[in-house]
Amino acid sequence: MRLREIPITAWIGIAGILLALFCAIFAPWIAPHGETEVVGEVWAPADGQFYFGLDNLGRDILSRLIYGARTTLFVALGATLISFSLGIVLSFTAAVSRGPIDTVLSRFNDLMMSIPTLIFALVVLAVLPQSIFILILVMAVLDSTRVYRLGRAVALDVAVMEFVEAAKLRGEGRVWIIFREILPNTLSPLLAEFGLRFAFAILFLSTLSFLGLGIQPPAADWGGMVKDNKDGIIFGISAALVPGGAIAALAICVNLVVDWLLKRTSSLKGGRGDA
Amino acid sequence: MSPSTDTDGLSGRKLRERFPLAALILERLVLSIILLFAVSLLIFVGLQALPGDFASTYLGQSATPQAIANIRDQLGLNQPLLSRYLSWLGHAMVGDFGTSWASQNSVGEQIGLRLGNSLFLAGFAALISVPLAVGLGMLSVHFRNRLPDKIINIVSLAAISLPEFFIGYLLIMFFAVKFGVATFPATVYAEMSLYDRLQAIALPTATLVLVVLAHMMRMTRAAILSVMSSAYMETAELKGLSAFRSIVRHAAPNALAPIINVVALNLAYLVVGVVVVEVVFVYPGMGQYMVDAVTVRDMPVVQACGLIFAAVYILLNMVADILAIVANPRLRHPR
Repeated sequence: MRLREIPITAWIGIAGILLALFCAIFAPWIAPHGETEVVGEVWAPADGQFYFGLDNLGRDILSRLIYGARTTLFVALGATLISFSLGIVLSFTAAVSRGPIDTVLSRFNDLMMSIPTLIFALVVLAVLPQSIFILILVMAVLDSTRVYRLGRAVALDVAVMEFVEAAKLRGEGRVWIIFREILPNTLSPLLAEFGLRFAFAILFLSTLSFLGLGIQPPAADWGGMVKDNKDGIIFGISAALVPGGAIAALAICVNLVVDWLLKRTSSLKGGRGDA
Repeated sequence: MSPSTDTDGLSGRKLRERFPLAALILERLVLSIILLFAVSLLIFVGLQALPGDFASTYLGQSATPQAIANIRDQLGLNQPLLSRYLSWLGHAMVGDFGTSWASQNSVGEQIGLRLGNSLFLAGFAALISVPLAVGLGMLSVHFRNRLPDKIINIVSLAAISLPEFFIGYLLIMFFAVKFGVATFPATVYAEMSLYDRLQAIALPTATLVLVVLAHMMRMTRAAILSVMSSAYMETAELKGLSAFRSIVRHAAPNALAPIINVVALNLAYLVVGVVVVEVVFVYPGMGQYMVDAVTVRDMPVVQACGLIFAAVYILLNMVADILAIVANPRLRHPR
């Protein structure tokens, strides 16, 4: 693949994601103030010193945005990675073994998907103790149902091909077939799906934090920052819109890259004439 | 409905062949009912399997063992799980969801007040967004790969990336605070006139419309495109049918089912989107009620709301499937 073939929109997306990653990794060095440090008056407007103004407790919004990138990206990425591992292993196992294993897993998946994700998360989070790892796990398990559905569909297409048949006749085990035969041949639609799920995870985490059920204060997190500053809106203070805009911008960037990946996948499919 | 509703055994197969439509619809109905029971089981029994004790949740952290034991007794937590589930389900069927732990009010009564508000909001948003989305989707197909289509594509891609609360606060910032043409918060009460009520929910409705519009439009576009690129549309064009005739006679009947599906799917999404929008606009609906209950871990309320949201969602999906079955010309005219 040549770099020149990547469309401009995808470049914008990649640049945005890299910027957020940069902020997340080097947060303590590039943030002008501390994550929870009170540096001035409550909801002080933006000026030369504080580019986005101060929040509801007088903390620097820019600094909290930079630290928040850390939490938001870490949790969203962690949840997406776990949900993918879980969803793909289960769906490929179902697609390869068929029979009762497939039926049980698929019916259970249908059941999980028949409850809206947000509602399910609310019900579960009402019982579970609040911690960041439980949050990641809940997000991952709920999201893995979507990965499972796609994974099973693409794996079923590949599992009936001759080379998989050949591997089975050769006496390869299930693990080999899943990871050496099927996975490499389904990588490109799954990659696009990964991006899509990642964008969804960012939005979902922000929504949960906004509702007060995600990341707990005082840790900075973009959704939580909107919640902290939402009361300022009535007085015309736009502090809540800055983190909201950051969430939107990051999600748009991820979607721009996904859009390109999807187009590439579909054109690949047409060109090769298999799949 | 057809006679196949009350058949079993031997004649079932024959009737299924004669009335494939009714059989499919019946199948879908039964499936939804089973699903609903499974969901209620998951919400009630599944939660008990999770770590975290209801009694200590109820009392908070400062609970003595004796107090916990008393509460377990009082809430009936000492009875076997199955009998608790059955009694909960039995009461839930007639709209009795017990009393809230936090306020000691009847949960069913609260839900009765709030469910109507939520459905009103979601229904009004649907009324606006569905025609708009289908229209824009058709427009986008008409100008396929030309400038209007590209603009719609980029804008809708951006729109699906915006979190609901961000759209909500943007609207509040501009229309309620800067220009002062809309009201915030969106308070409604029983004695309100319809006009006042519509005015109060203008901004929440606009938010919901913006949230589902992009999704629905993109899916409509994809559905119509896949029909337009099928072989019979090419045949229609090659045999010299006018564009209008080929769309009305050949494309529309086949595109109807996928479009209905798209619409219903997004209506189901609307029901969930209501949760966040209600919190943003402080609107007295089900979503607000549920989120408040989750924060204070008020389990009877959480379970009741969870069940109702899931039921509405399952119901809408079922209606979508049934309408899609009915709208499918291949099933409607069996050979």
